[in-house]
Amino acid sequence: MGSGFIKSYHHLNQAEMNIPNKAIQVKGLQKSYKQLHVLKGVDFEVEKGSIFALLGANGAGKTTIVKILSTLLRQDSGNAIVNGFDVTLHPDNVRASISLTGQFAAVDEILTGRENLVMIARLRHLRHPRQVAGDLLKRFGLSDAADRRVATYSGGMRRRLDIAMSLVGNAQLIFLDEPTTGLDPEARLEVWKIIKELAASGVTVLLTTQYLEEAEQLADRIAILDQGRIIVSGTLADLKKLFPPAKVEYIEKQPTLEEIFLSIIGKKQNN
Amino acid sequence: METIIIKNYFLKDMGVMLGRSMRHIFRSLDTIITVTIMPIAMMLLFVYVLGGAIHTGTDSYINYLLPGILLIAVANSIGYVSYRLFLDKQRGIFERFHSMPIARSAALWGHVLTALVSNALSLVVVVLVALIMGFRSPAGVLSWLAVAGILALFTLALTWIAAIAGLSAKSVDGAGVIAYPIHFLPLISSAFVPTGTMPGPVRAFAENQPVTPIVNAIRALLSNQPVGKELGVALAWCAAIMMMAYILATGVYKKRA
Repeated sequence: MGSGFIKSYHHLNQAEMNIPNKAIQVKGLQKSYKQLHVLKGVDFEVEKGSIFALLGANGAGKTTIVKILSTLLRQDSGNAIVNGFDVTLHPDNVRASISLTGQFAAVDEILTGRENLVMIARLRHLRHPRQVAGDLLKRFGLSDAADRRVATYSGGMRRRLDIAMSLVGNAQLIFLDEPTTGLDPEARLEVWKIIKELAASGVTVLLTTQYLEEAEQLADRIAILDQGRIIVSGTLADLKKLFPPAKVEYIEKQPTLEEIFLSIIGKKQNN
Repeated sequence: METIIIKNYFLKDMGVMLGRSMRHIFRSLDTIITVTIMPIAMMLLFVYVLGGAIHTGTDSYINYLLPGILLIAVANSIGYVSYRLFLDKQRGIFERFHSMPIARSAALWGHVLTALVSNALSLVVVVLVALIMGFRSPAGVLSWLAVAGILALFTLALTWIAAIAGLSAKSVDGAGVIAYPIHFLPLISSAFVPTGTMPGPVRAFAENQPVTPIVNAIRALLSNQPVGKELGVALAWCAAIMMMAYILATGVYKKRA
């Protein structure tokens, strides 16, 4: 921590100072779009260095929470403190300490992968933008495609580049809004691996997802958001206690094409 | 946590944004054709095909024509400004920039600056081709600077109109539609033929719309004629359109992007 950090403390309020090990503190967050009451009082906390999953169906309010925490949207009421800074009082400080990967890969298709990364590094005012870009391309397995236009990338490659762009400048907290929606299973596994590596390097990750499996695979803590409220939150073990017990069911299964083929061949040979 | 003190990098950030959009332009053959090749093709068409039959009361038709062609080149570029802004909004690029520690307006101004720089480049190319085709001007440096100033103001006025369209459009097609009415203005003006030859109502429209005084002012400056009140009218039109469109566009930007 530089001396600038110490000096800037005096204009922070009390609530902002008492939370050294919390990356996010959200209290009583409310937000409406005209008639639509999207968030009806959301509370949660995220520990530094953990992976926190917001699980919920489409329209539950996940993206709205992410937008408020990343200073894109202002809440109607309630508090949100990110990395020790109130999002409404010190949005610039919040922006300097976070990174957002939105729901749709926000990559520039006309530029190459390398140019995308160099651009973000320049906008974050880093010393050696080309070197930063080169390192991230290597880390994300994009070195071979680095000088191709992003328009030629697959969905998985775009997502990897998107996340790589969020890592430029070493933000302490990364928001991933539905990072695997629309990806094929292989690309999904790749993204999961990246997220696990991120957390291992000490970055705090808040991710939103519609898939329980994804939250299970990745998150230290899971909060389930439903109709603008967090209905449960805790570790996977906590949540599992609340799930209905596993049932054994017998389901009629359609034969696969392969099974049909084998059975026809088998009959012919028997004749 | 050394980044706590946020410095103002507005100009540097704008430079990065400019570099990005200029790459978009240079990598889009479509854009280059529309903003540079098309005006040149029109100039060739009017000078070598139609020009012989057009009587403007001047010795050289290309000298008469060039100001209008310059405005058409600018007008042609407007649809692309709108299109680029729309895509940035739709693809979440603005969101990415807005969640970073850079000035919120840098992304928008980057597009405006790009419109100025790219139009300056295409206009220089058009003027060079005109020189090859026989365009000559006795105008001095000051007159040329004044012409550049008028063209910059005209570009800004149209760019802010395009920004409103691009930021509020719901689809790509909607974003580009703004270009069509703007394309028509130079056609119904003194750009190609003197307005005196037009029938009453058309002439009334042509003489009272912004393009005619702008064309006349540029023509007067380039031919070393006294500019008169046309220059004032031209500047007033540009400034008024620019201010109104700027206010509307920044309003939409705050709300939508």
